[in-house]
Amino acid sequence: MSAEAHYTPYHPKWYRRRVSVWWWLQKGSYTTFVLRELTSVFVAFFALVFLWQLRALVQGPEAYAHFLVRLKTPLFLTVNSVALLFVLFHAITWFNLAPKAMVVRLRGRRVPDWIIAGLNYLAWLFLSGAVAWILLRG
Amino acid sequence: MPPTVTLAVTRYRPEQESEPALQNYEVPFRKDWVVLDALNYIKDRRDGSLSFRWSCRMGVCGSCGMMVNGSPKLTCAAFLSDYLPGPIRVEPLQYFPIVRDLVVDITDFMRKLKQVKPWILRKEEKPLAEGEYLQTPDQLDTYKQFSMCINCLLCYSACPVYGLEPSFIGPAAIALAQRYNLDSRDEAAPERLEILSEHDGIWQCTFVGECTKVCPKNVDPAGAIQQYKLTGAAHWFKSLLLPWGMK
Repeated sequence: MSAEAHYTPYHPKWYRRRVSVWWWLQKGSYTTFVLRELTSVFVAFFALVFLWQLRALVQGPEAYAHFLVRLKTPLFLTVNSVALLFVLFHAITWFNLAPKAMVVRLRGRRVPDWIIAGLNYLAWLFLSGAVAWILLRG
Repeated sequence: MPPTVTLAVTRYRPEQESEPALQNYEVPFRKDWVVLDALNYIKDRRDGSLSFRWSCRMGVCGSCGMMVNGSPKLTCAAFLSDYLPGPIRVEPLQYFPIVRDLVVDITDFMRKLKQVKPWILRKEEKPLAEGEYLQTPDQLDTYKQFSMCINCLLCYSACPVYGLEPSFIGPAAIALAQRYNLDSRDEAAPERLEILSEHDGIWQCTFVGECTKVCPKNVDPAGAIQQYKLTGAAHWFKSLLLPWGMK
């Protein structure tokens, strides 16, 4: 048998509907999905700012002070808060996805989704706490 | 309870119409009737020319999938009473070419399904005299969920990626590939990974997750695809770190 079925191309009149440009407004889950795709730009932005910060840190105290002044401008504050919101949105949807991709079996049984997602959230909290502790202790 | 309910059904007779249009039919409302019962009523009493696929009426055969009020459903499991007061819109599964009325062409899926080799493959078959390949209940449990797929194609109709990129191999085919990968008797997982790591395979999926939501058999194709991505990525890393250890 060949890979292509030969009878379909000669079908008299198939009708193929075009996908509407507004397909992503049809369902809440479609909209969330498109939002996640579009807002990944902000995640990239966050990463770039972080790299920029590292570069300033390497260049010495003066460059770092200059970087901090830049960050405090209203434009940066606004863009950064919007970016933070979307990064959180990405983090949460990502953690909720984790149990789908990771199937952990213990004693022949699948570990329930909420435990896997919960452990991810706990690790997130713990690491954030650890970073906050290192930064704020002095 | 209303005495009747209206069904707005897609009609497309290629010899008469250039594009599909909805036609209203009034059918008696009965609380134990599903959409498929109403369609059969129309075919028996109102218009014998209405075409649609169905067989078992009990969610096993997977042939009566249609869009009911815009969502992919098995019409044998969609009760009229859940869609009151109506009219209830019944359309062919979206993203598939329409052949006639509610009948779509699923050749594309059949071709893709065959590509992923959904059968048990051994490197070497053991001789018949050695008996069957044994499996423990635990081993069965690892893939059983994915083996429940009835090829009803609701997941393809729910997947906007398939709508926009018809070359995408799609949720059910990937879930079925995973079903055989996880089967302890099968040995062709690397072969399938090669097919599914290609452009039209797992990486086309952007995890909308609707395929899992509409699945009438709780197969969770979205889960299968994400697990597959993890396997694919791990395989890629391994080949990067240990190029001499892989073939």
